[in-house]
Amino acid sequence: MNGIHDMGGMHGFGPIVRERDEPVFHHEWERRMFALAIAMMGNRTFNVDQYRQAIERMPPDQYLATSYYEHWLFAFERLLIEKGVVARTEIDVVMAALRAGARPPQAPVVKAENAGDAVESSKEAAGLSEALGGGARSLRYDESYRARFKEGDRVIGRNRNPVGHTRIPRYVRGRRGVIYRDWGVFIFPDTHASGEGANPQHCYAVEFTARELWGGEYPADDRVYVDLWEAYLEVDGDAYSRDGKSSKSGSRKAIAQGRAAKPVRVRGVKKSAPPREDA
Amino acid sequence: MSSHRHDDNDHDHNAPDTGPTLRVKALETLLVEKGLVEPAALDALVDTYENRVGPRNGARVVARAWVDASFKARLLADAVAAIEEVGLAAGPQGEHLTVLENTPAVHNMVVCTLCSCYPWPVLGLPPVWYKSAAYRSRAVIDPRGVLREFGFDLPAGVELRVWDSSAELRYMVLPMRPAGTENLSEDELAALVTRDSMIGTAVVTCSKDAAARPAK
Repeated sequence: MNGIHDMGGMHGFGPIVRERDEPVFHHEWERRMFALAIAMMGNRTFNVDQYRQAIERMPPDQYLATSYYEHWLFAFERLLIEKGVVARTEIDVVMAALRAGARPPQAPVVKAENAGDAVESSKEAAGLSEALGGGARSLRYDESYRARFKEGDRVIGRNRNPVGHTRIPRYVRGRRGVIYRDWGVFIFPDTHASGEGANPQHCYAVEFTARELWGGEYPADDRVYVDLWEAYLEVDGDAYSRDGKSSKSGSRKAIAQGRAAKPVRVRGVKKSAPPREDA
Repeated sequence: MSSHRHDDNDHDHNAPDTGPTLRVKALETLLVEKGLVEPAALDALVDTYENRVGPRNGARVVARAWVDASFKARLLADAVAAIEEVGLAAGPQGEHLTVLENTPAVHNMVVCTLCSCYPWPVLGLPPVWYKSAAYRSRAVIDPRGVLREFGFDLPAGVELRVWDSSAELRYMVLPMRPAGTENLSEDELAALVTRDSMIGTAVVTCSKDAAARPAK
């Protein structure tokens, strides 16, 4: 969505304020908020793309006026209620009880020896990794998803303005760039957030010159690299005709019709396990 | 959990809590009651990211790359595999780690304009400034101004590359090794590496005092 969170290139936010010897967490509630969100993504109550989208749905004035972990709290509570995990009335009741000084019963806290190691154990970490958007490395190198683009290809960020979650920043839409690197196959956040499926596809580092993004007075040597999924990109046909070359990437018909070429399953290649669908 | 910090919201248990404290407590209470989270697991997550994972991890990687050219080559080719050599695991928010090398010709800087994506396994959790509107907005349009604000002027002929972590790739900058460090041990080198130099908003410097300081 074209939300306030999409800040690249905005002016007016003032100096970058830095705190000396800043602690990781400034308040106890931030510690708990962090851990709760990670844990609930770990158990697949929601996925990280849904979480980011919930933050993006915060009213802009609130987003700018609140702290980082307050964004997390807004998104967390909203998702829990929307998914029917807790009801607003339940939250209200418990908050009233806490305000009145009542200490609600809690499960006994048993601090396990080397509890931190448990989190770092490979199986848990792998599950947590995947839940937080890391995805499976096997998906990343899955050759059954053919790449539409290759390094050096000239592309344009599509001018798409979805109301849902997307990870193409506004500042590259309609902008001409070059494929710098093909990072491999990843779950597509737009559809993963909306519940429309994993829709895995190639994701590329796309190189834009500062001049292309912001204007001719910018240093010629400066570049911005943005990681963009294949569906965010179209062929820069003009660049090719200017160069007198033809584009060899993607299906010509799809390009002519302005559609992203569908990922092509390579015949004869055994498809690996289907990507995990979101919970 | 730390018991040393004075937490304004929690110092008086009888006073009504305001702000997020009460709400977070209520949510944790409900989720524990429903069996969806365990307090011990939550404590472990906090402990991991508050105490066990942080920029010292990345500093070890940098120091190793400075002293061992073949490690550096492996790091630049496949950072996830290489960091295992120094005892690190590419865990959450680091499974697709890429290391960007600063050279006399190229300076790299990392941002997440859309939220706060950051390479947790090597740098820990991001500082507030990295997640701020000021940094997220300016890093891509005025990176040289940002660097000046952080205290250094990038020479005009050096190419500046800003990396917007808009997908699952997580970036760590490999800063240049400062002059005058030829006699330092790997541990002493690691002690010089700052978090900001691995984000790309600073460079690593070595004062004469630092060169003479014994390894921690």
